[in-house]
Amino acid sequence: MLLQVRNISKSFGGLNALRNVCFSVREGEIHALIGPNGAGKTTMLNIISGIESPDSGEIVFKGEIVNGRPPEKRAKKGLSRTFQHLELFNDMTVIENIMVGCYLKTRSGFFRSGLLLPGTKRDEREIYERSCEILDYINLSKRRDEMAKTLPVGEQRVLEIGRALATEPDLLLLDEPAAGLNIRETRELGELIGKIRKERGVTVLIVEHDMELVMRISDNITVLNFGEVIADGPPIEIQKDPQVIAAYLGEDE
Amino acid sequence: MSRDDLIVILFLIATVILLPLISGSSYLLSVGIFAGINALVAIGLTILMGYAGQVSLGQAGFYGIGAYVSSIMSLKLGLPVMISMVIAMLAAAIAAILLSVPALRLKGHYLAVATLGFGEIIYVILNEWGPGGPSGFGDIPYFSLLGYTLTSSQEYFWLIWGCVIIVMAFSLNLINSITGRALRAIHGSEVASVSMGIDVVRLKIKVFVLSAIYASLAGSLYAHYVTFVSPSSFSLFYSILVLMMVVLGGMSNLWGGITGAIIITLLPEVLRGFKEYDILIYGLILTLSLLFMRKGIVPLVIEAIRRRG
Repeated sequence: MLLQVRNISKSFGGLNALRNVCFSVREGEIHALIGPNGAGKTTMLNIISGIESPDSGEIVFKGEIVNGRPPEKRAKKGLSRTFQHLELFNDMTVIENIMVGCYLKTRSGFFRSGLLLPGTKRDEREIYERSCEILDYINLSKRRDEMAKTLPVGEQRVLEIGRALATEPDLLLLDEPAAGLNIRETRELGELIGKIRKERGVTVLIVEHDMELVMRISDNITVLNFGEVIADGPPIEIQKDPQVIAAYLGEDE
Repeated sequence: MSRDDLIVILFLIATVILLPLISGSSYLLSVGIFAGINALVAIGLTILMGYAGQVSLGQAGFYGIGAYVSSIMSLKLGLPVMISMVIAMLAAAIAAILLSVPALRLKGHYLAVATLGFGEIIYVILNEWGPGGPSGFGDIPYFSLLGYTLTSSQEYFWLIWGCVIIVMAFSLNLINSITGRALRAIHGSEVASVSMGIDVVRLKIKVFVLSAIYASLAGSLYAHYVTFVSPSSFSLFYSILVLMMVVLGGMSNLWGGITGAIIITLLPEVLRGFKEYDILIYGLILTLSLLFMRKGIVPLVIEAIRRRG
């Protein structure tokens, strides 16, 4: 198992956002985390990536309990993510956004950079070339030198994925990547996610509302409702699960 | 360093070399020297405020450490000036680490508050325990290197502006490197930066330490040029003055600090002619500049040039 979520609970004030949540993500799979609004999906992603800490329970990533490790340490260990409310570096160009993603993979020393020691220029060129490659991969090369904030939402979402890819993650967390996309863009996004898993061997954990997309690309699905796991399994089972149907459509009285 | 930066640096080098040769006025040179000393402190604060998003109200403290440590080491212990200056920079760096490690772990402007207190503490220490107390002490050795002692204003002008150019080149390289990009990223989105593996706290601490080292260097140069120091030069007033330079010059561009330092150092001299009204006009100019040039002078000038070209 690449990622194990064990008995995670989290409450905000009196509200139980998550209660005893358990699920696992296998290496190489596309795993979806779904549920109605307010089910605690984004909170779960924030806990996995280390932005929020749980009240109890454990996050096990690559066989190691990572509780208490700050997000930057988890990123170093191979965990990267995108955000539901876009968190691009708005005043930087598209290529620069990707180049920031390369931060982990480059030596960076204060004095090395300041004194322009030999190698810094070469490193910089390498980062640039690697970033161009990623832009090509996500099909945004034509936007290379534009400011990130000027891109349409669909391309901003893709750029966030590219930036996350630049850290060369083993596990990629996607928080509602299809939000605000039209049908064509959503289809292309699905293809991109599939390609990332297949060609780069990246495991994907995706939180998404677009059920068509989720059912099409996921190997396994975990369903959250009011902070609790109500179902876990492959798409076919989930689609038939009475509890899931009830959660989405409302209970019959 | 970008091509534009390189052009400005070369222009600056030429000016620094030629100015003392053209003008023999030691008054003009000494004003220039003080502008250079202030520029060193301002460059550090520009990186801290403009690129790391943190405010320091205690740069005078590091400036004072630079002046006092270096003076005491060279005068009382007889160490060579260069070595005294390095010790002073280390002392400032250590103080900056001790101050920022707890303050920067907390989100928000705790550093501003912490540095405000720090500056005051240093000021009190210099008054109470510094040689000569509030009246300070003199006979500090002139700057010397490899047995050659600098005495003329010309030589000090070259020395200090040489330091400014080196510090500026170093800072420009830093800002245009992967580190600088990471700093800009933190400005854009802190949560995304940490998710990219950037250790935000560590990076901010490093920048703060760098700004302390620059201020310490400036303080040492000041002490060995004037050869007399007293606590009054290192009060909160100086920290605020440097803050003014950075805000006036524009903190989103590294050249803002230098520009602000030159203007604020020169302004009182230019206004001498107005006699007792000088303070009034000085205040008026600063207030109006801040009201109508929020971003600072340098970013505005660059915008204007871009719009034309």
